[in-house]
Amino acid sequence: MTSTASNSGQGRGEVLLDVQDLAVEFDTEAGRVRAVDDVSFTVRAGQTLGIVGESGCGKSVTALSILRLLPQPMGRIAGGHILFRGQDLTALPAEAMHKVRTGQIGMIFQEPMTALNPVHRIGKQLSEAFLLHQQISPRTALERSVEILEKVGIPSPEVRVSEYPHQLSGGMRQRVVIAMALACRPALVIADEPTTALDVTIQAQILELMKALQDEMGMSIILITHDLGVIAEACEDVLVMYAGRVAEKGSVEDIFRRPAHPYTRGLLESIPRLEYPRKTRLRTIEGMVPGLMDMPAGCRFNNRCPHKVDRCTAEAPPLASVAGGHGVGCHRWRELPAWTEPVS
Amino acid sequence: MSTPLLEIQNLRTYFPVRGGVFLAARGQCKAVDDVSLSVWSGETVGLVGESGCGKSTLGKSIVRLVKPTGGKILFNGVDLASLRARQLKPFRREVQMIFQDPADSLNSRLSVGAMLEEPFLIHGIGDEASRRERALELLQIVGLPPAALDRFPFEFSGGQRQRIGIARAIALNPKLIICDEPVSALDASIQSQILNLLLDLQQRLGLSYLFIAHDLAVVKHVSDRIAIMYLGHVVESGDGEEVHRHPRHPYTRALISAIPQPVPRRQRYRQILTGEVPSPIDPPPGCPFQTRCPHVQAVCREQLPPLREVAGSGRDVHAVACHFDL
Repeated sequence: MTSTASNSGQGRGEVLLDVQDLAVEFDTEAGRVRAVDDVSFTVRAGQTLGIVGESGCGKSVTALSILRLLPQPMGRIAGGHILFRGQDLTALPAEAMHKVRTGQIGMIFQEPMTALNPVHRIGKQLSEAFLLHQQISPRTALERSVEILEKVGIPSPEVRVSEYPHQLSGGMRQRVVIAMALACRPALVIADEPTTALDVTIQAQILELMKALQDEMGMSIILITHDLGVIAEACEDVLVMYAGRVAEKGSVEDIFRRPAHPYTRGLLESIPRLEYPRKTRLRTIEGMVPGLMDMPAGCRFNNRCPHKVDRCTAEAPPLASVAGGHGVGCHRWRELPAWTEPVS
Repeated sequence: MSTPLLEIQNLRTYFPVRGGVFLAARGQCKAVDDVSLSVWSGETVGLVGESGCGKSTLGKSIVRLVKPTGGKILFNGVDLASLRARQLKPFRREVQMIFQDPADSLNSRLSVGAMLEEPFLIHGIGDEASRRERALELLQIVGLPPAALDRFPFEFSGGQRQRIGIARAIALNPKLIICDEPVSALDASIQSQILNLLLDLQQRLGLSYLFIAHDLAVVKHVSDRIAIMYLGHVVESGDGEEVHRHPRHPYTRALISAIPQPVPRRQRYRQILTGEVPSPIDPPPGCPFQTRCPHVQAVCREQLPPLREVAGSGRDVHAVACHFDL
């Protein structure tokens, strides 16, 4: 891999991706819906941003819009900017965007079987990624494929390159997908629920692998997950999304030690933890996520929020700054009771 | 209580693996292999394991959705494993099941009302008016509005559908409910609502649960006792708190250490297993965990370690299937 120029020619901590006021709309049979509204965040070089939220919160749509892979023709970016190394991806011509997708931003999906082509050998699929960008022979590309499979911890990679995806286990397939995403040394990798389909002991292996590869190659990662445990263990920064908007964002310490949004707090309190006394009632967030067609006016969390006042139904809260990079989309964050961690 | 409500003895459920020209049986998939387990009245036994460990097959064997190959399933002293389909009918009232994805397990052509009345029809209980009344009562118990009666499963969210699944399961006042991954398809905020509902119902109706799931934190929270399954075998069992605090089997230890904790930057020893679960089709002789065990010795490749008692007594006995005291 040493012959490939690294894409991450940026200092650790510098802003690599700057998403500003992103809005995404979908045309549905029932009319136009806004799936992502006014979402802003940054990803720093060499660091991991976690995006956490429940189904329908817009976390995957946000990821797809960075890559401009929204389902066509229903979905479109309705507003905002996506600055990747200063270049606005929303304004990029299709050709140039293709180059970004295949060379500078890699993607890892939840279900590796859908990301791999079942009728081609692993080696051929991996070689493709190299051949697309580099003037090298197919033989060299295959050698590179073996190298990168070895890097992601696949035993006997020289044998595996001539196998088909169905011959590998789920964990091994996800390693192949990671290898593919990293083949061209991207500066940013977007991983959408990369371990959700895997068993917990295999998940631990994959998360460890991603961390080790990040230390070695210096890429940034956007890790999308519904699992707060994964966020706490793998991320430096966190974006909590609810119903298409940012509920809260900050460092992992901010979100877990000083959560300021009632939704973030509710999530942290509702997950069962090994330390809890058994068979005790769990705290819950009452009700459920509203559908995109019937979002409540004002704050979108207001119909489930225990701290709701009139103002919450009248106007949408802007993202207020708690401290430093810690932001919260709640009118009443200053008035909430002091937070006590569920388990010390 | 002296005897358990459910007592599983040396249960085996094997599936033939067919292949070749005439689809001859070429081997056996030992999905459940020599499992013994008891559930006492009013308690919850949690069954944890990763995909393919046989936990769902075990659950389905108990309600006889699959036929066990050998062993006994004693329910109030009667061996369900040996009963014929017709003889099973009275027991179907007593043992019910809740499935992972209620979208798949609920009949999409039946209204919720029709679905909730069906168990009474099948067992010839009550008249039309009393069935409808009972259906309304069930909805109220699981926290759904009466208007749900005339609606269809697709009109509900995942959490509401699971409530319908639960209402259907408790309709005939069962004694035991097999919960097969009842919350794993649900979002975190909904998951806690359903877990609370299951805890409430247990108190209110005196139910016993066999709670099957892959998430140890969830299982530990709802269970009195837990059993850890690996490749068709129970490798460790005991009181939930005890197994969590003093895990004895190397697999249990790895499983606990692999759970990502929602606490940032926690400094802790993390044991990451290498390798993967072997196929349950013609598994290697000896200990099922030998291919991934960090402490593997020669004896592990030859002899299957029996589940032996290491602490506690009676119901709360802590048992582990490992040759060594780690």
